[in-house]
Amino acid sequence: MKIKIEKRLNTPRYLSLVVPVVSIFAALLIMFVILTIFFMGRIGSFQGAFSETVSAYKELITWPFFNQYGLYSTISKMVPLAFVALGLSFAYKMKIWNIGGEGQLYMGALAATWAALFVFRGITSPILLITLVAIFSAIAGALWALIPALMKAYAKTDEIVVTLMLNYVAIFWVDYLVYGPWRDPKGFGFPGTAAFPEPAMLPTFFDGNVHIGIFIAIAFAILLQYIDVKTQWGFNSRIVGDNKKAATYSGIKVKKYTIISLVVSGAIAGLGGGVQMMGMQHRLMHGFSPGYGYTAIIIAWLAKLNPIAVIFVSFLFGGLLVGNDQLQMFYKLPISLISIFQGLVLFCLLGGEAIAAYRLKIEKAEEVPANE
Amino acid sequence: MDDYPILEMKNIQKAFPGVLANDNISLEIRRGEVHALLGENGAGKTTLMNILFGIYHPDHGEILINGKKTFIHSPQDAINEKIGMVQQHFALVPSFTVAENVILGLKNFGFIIKTKQVEQQIKELGERYSLPVRPKARVWTLSVGERQRIEILKLLYTGANILILDEPTAVLTPQETRQLFSAIRKLVKEGSSVIFISHKLDEVLEISDRISVLRNGKNTGTLNREEVDRRTLVQRMVGRDVLMDQEKPKVEPGPVKIEVKDLTVKNDKGLTAVNNLSLEIHGGEILGIAGVAGNGQKELAEAIYGLRPIETGKIQMAGEDLHHRSIKKRIQSGLSFIPQDRKSIATCPNLSVMFNIFMKNTIPGLKKSSAWNIQIKQMHEKTRELIRNFSISTPSSKTRVRYLSGGNLQKVVLARELSSNPSVIIAEHPTRGLDIGAMEFVYQALLEEKKKGSAILLLAGELYEIFRLSDRVAVIYEGEVMGYTPPDPSYTEKIGFMMAGTREDSIHEN
Amino acid sequence: MNDALSFIVATLHATVRAGTPLLFAVLGTIFTERSGIMNLGLEGIMLIGAIGGFVVSYNTSNLLLAILVAMIAGAILGLVHAFFTVTLKINQIVSGLAITMLGSGISGLWGKDYIGVVAERFETISIPLLSDIPVIGRILFQHDLLVYISLLAVPLMWFFIYKTRGGMTLRAVGEAPEAADARGINVFFIRYLYTIIGGSITAIGGAYLSLAYNSMWIENMTAGRGWIAIALVLFATWDPYKALLGAYLFGGITALGLRMQAVGTHIPPDFLKMLPYLLTIVVLFFTSTDTLKRKVGAPATLGVPYSREDRT
Repeated sequence: MKIKIEKRLNTPRYLSLVVPVVSIFAALLIMFVILTIFFMGRIGSFQGAFSETVSAYKELITWPFFNQYGLYSTISKMVPLAFVALGLSFAYKMKIWNIGGEGQLYMGALAATWAALFVFRGITSPILLITLVAIFSAIAGALWALIPALMKAYAKTDEIVVTLMLNYVAIFWVDYLVYGPWRDPKGFGFPGTAAFPEPAMLPTFFDGNVHIGIFIAIAFAILLQYIDVKTQWGFNSRIVGDNKKAATYSGIKVKKYTIISLVVSGAIAGLGGGVQMMGMQHRLMHGFSPGYGYTAIIIAWLAKLNPIAVIFVSFLFGGLLVGNDQLQMFYKLPISLISIFQGLVLFCLLGGEAIAAYRLKIEKAEEVPANE
Repeated sequence: MDDYPILEMKNIQKAFPGVLANDNISLEIRRGEVHALLGENGAGKTTLMNILFGIYHPDHGEILINGKKTFIHSPQDAINEKIGMVQQHFALVPSFTVAENVILGLKNFGFIIKTKQVEQQIKELGERYSLPVRPKARVWTLSVGERQRIEILKLLYTGANILILDEPTAVLTPQETRQLFSAIRKLVKEGSSVIFISHKLDEVLEISDRISVLRNGKNTGTLNREEVDRRTLVQRMVGRDVLMDQEKPKVEPGPVKIEVKDLTVKNDKGLTAVNNLSLEIHGGEILGIAGVAGNGQKELAEAIYGLRPIETGKIQMAGEDLHHRSIKKRIQSGLSFIPQDRKSIATCPNLSVMFNIFMKNTIPGLKKSSAWNIQIKQMHEKTRELIRNFSISTPSSKTRVRYLSGGNLQKVVLARELSSNPSVIIAEHPTRGLDIGAMEFVYQALLEEKKKGSAILLLAGELYEIFRLSDRVAVIYEGEVMGYTPPDPSYTEKIGFMMAGTREDSIHEN
Repeated sequence: MNDALSFIVATLHATVRAGTPLLFAVLGTIFTERSGIMNLGLEGIMLIGAIGGFVVSYNTSNLLLAILVAMIAGAILGLVHAFFTVTLKINQIVSGLAITMLGSGISGLWGKDYIGVVAERFETISIPLLSDIPVIGRILFQHDLLVYISLLAVPLMWFFIYKTRGGMTLRAVGEAPEAADARGINVFFIRYLYTIIGGSITAIGGAYLSLAYNSMWIENMTAGRGWIAIALVLFATWDPYKALLGAYLFGGITALGLRMQAVGTHIPPDFLKMLPYLLTIVVLFFTSTDTLKRKVGAPATLGVPYSREDRT
């Protein structure tokens, strides 16, 4: 008998579910080892470190997913994640690497604040005001993505670094406003604007613990899924994503697709910023996002760019963020824990996919020509 | 000791997923011979040689050099055994000079590069074998012929005495081929052995001492040059008699379907590739363009199709100027293009057969489909119908096309391009890399379109193909038409001269 | 007049200091990219270098050991990237992103208990005679050891890449791996080697931030310098001398922003802080025509995994 490693011709369907799930568990396992090592530095004994890690993990999982109030936080946290991840998936389908979700989210929040506090001040109809604020935030995100889109389409500028640089610019811009001209004079020096007017706040349920942003995100996921499978746009975008030369050859205007996909991607992320302002924060603050835009990259990837799957994965990561906050508070762990986890998940996922491209084949012994 | 053949390959077996590329092949090479490896594309020639050169590892089998069992794990091992290979895709670094390419990877040079002495040696080596090169030139500025000479000199410089040449003449003019052959003869006389891989019968018969014919990964036997003729070789290659010279269907030419006037087009480097070229093709006519690769064929095809901007001139289809028409519009007005590069231009490798069939959104016969509600189910049905009509061998319409063989991939392209009822077809090397069966299929399909009244522009490297299909032959050199001939093998010599840049009208004077 | 001159000299002196971490990162990445591997993980590698160096310096006060540990940490991340991109052949962009996350995450965890403490730092070494030259002496020859090393590294690296056999091998592997392979060069080994070397040099850039530029650890203290360095590698078209120019250009912008804040202007500091990032975008725009890349012998296979079996 002989075991042979062979490249798969077709990847079976079940693997596209198994690999992400296994990679999350693998990442949790590696993370466990890292945390134990870290606690050993603090506590000194392996035993103590191990049990400290076990109890941290318990906290990480029970609070966000099995506690009523933890669950509320998880759902609230998942909303901005879902929006940005939906936006990113839309661009990634065409292999356009928008990693500027963070900046687009910030710009959406900025525009929402501008609209709610200044431009449409005095509008009292909630439906009208919420719609206008949402439109403003989406446009701001779109414009922020239009910069790399035009550069990519017309000068072939790599979008990765440009979108990332714009994240920093957006954050500094918001900082300038919340420390400067927009700072709430009654805020005791806190770097944030005044609160949104009542009609610009999203309706809530569960005793005010969860806002309706989650339903907007789900509606968008369904819409994007429809676009993906049932429209000419979805059809063509797969062609552009797989082979740009073939797309051009087929008469598809690749530039147009590039620009639209990045702009729509930015608009959805920007809308996420607006929804976050109207539903959650109710004011623009310094550093309101703990890196939602970066976490969303992992979410999009784990969800295999499928909009419906994005919702589920966002829920999972929303929970992890909530759990991470708990660990920060009760175990004095840094916020960067989530970054390690994200990096690990990504590596496990990619490694898993690379390995899943092969399979073990067990061959029965053949008559090997006796040439030795 | 000298009784041993210089090289023996015994019972070589190599499988790739889904294909047994080499099936128990044995081969023996003698000192001072030109040994031809003949076979169709996909017969296993290149795989066998890649094994000999250490790029692939065999699943079974052994290699003996001078009677001694040798393991070749990497090209480094092969080089140490004095085996050298010129691959079809040249292994040169474009930004390096010729001399730098020659010394790349050689261990017996100091840490700091000094090329002066090497340049002199290369020059001398080139002169000795009549393979002239300029050692200081950067490779990216050189022609294909020159690059090939560098590849050969690279081998000679390292002292290789078993030289593998993989389809060396595919990129050469008949005249350059003669130059190469005289160099090969000189080398063999000095005691080297040359393995000459080809699928061109005439060349094999001209240069070889012995011939091994591979078919479906098996060696059908090694023959002496004197024992064989064209017919026996073809039979061994294909396994049956081939209908070599079929009649072309006679079609009354219709009105001019496409007209190119004074067209000038630049290539990727910004140099003029198509130079003031004019041609016209009637409905029901196939115009064959003969020429050495890289003389503007690709640019001409791309300019007509709209993939490449034109500098000056005019392209008209059915009397209408195509300038400022998008590719989409050109497709809709019945222009079809079968590009040479199936994998990187004509198909999306990771998408299904269905996606590739409907890539251009031109297939007629779908009901109730709109941009906001496409009918995937119907599209799969239509695809299955085309799979049957074009006898595409694929597990289903959902299979990713990267898993299809070259022949089936080309059938997918044909199914898409031909079922939209095109009025003008540009076919660029439509049979490159296909086996004889698939080739025949392509020929029949194109002739069928001709019968239906399409105008076809055929750009091909193989004269055989041009004679087989065309009604007229135009010879292209540096982007200009040198002249026209009838599609008849008796004009080969004349075409050869024109391919090398002599104008039709000046051939008689010389 | 004297004030203006001293402002300029001080700004240029600060330019060199602000440019040095970028210079290390760019030089390291030139090595990596020349071999055909795109590494977008610089930000993470620099952070790991910064915390690795800082922890050792804090605990041992041995700066050379600190740099060595920073380099090893960077090399390990380089190795991880090489394993995923060369051996497993996964998407280099995504692997680079994962390296960034891993690096910034681990540095945050590792540095959690080192926030707010001060460690041994590289002190200024004035070079005798040269540092006495008016203006130039202050700008160039009153720096710490790492600055001098980075300045020496530029011509050495240039010489290595263009004039030595090792450099030729490196360039061939990035530009035409099949040609290198056919000449018996081990493409995988070379790519591993330079991704690891590149990682370790990049990590020095991070360590410069925590051991010379500052003498403390701040979470995410690289603040996007890793990404700016990626843009600078394109700007430099993989040439060490242009890397020096680019790094100091960005150092200059950063220094100018800081100096202007210090002397007090009416431009809000947040806008001054945006400058390097905006400049990166501008630089990328002007270096993105692909003809530019083709002429200088760019690593044509950048981002493309090499596989013998896929060649046909």
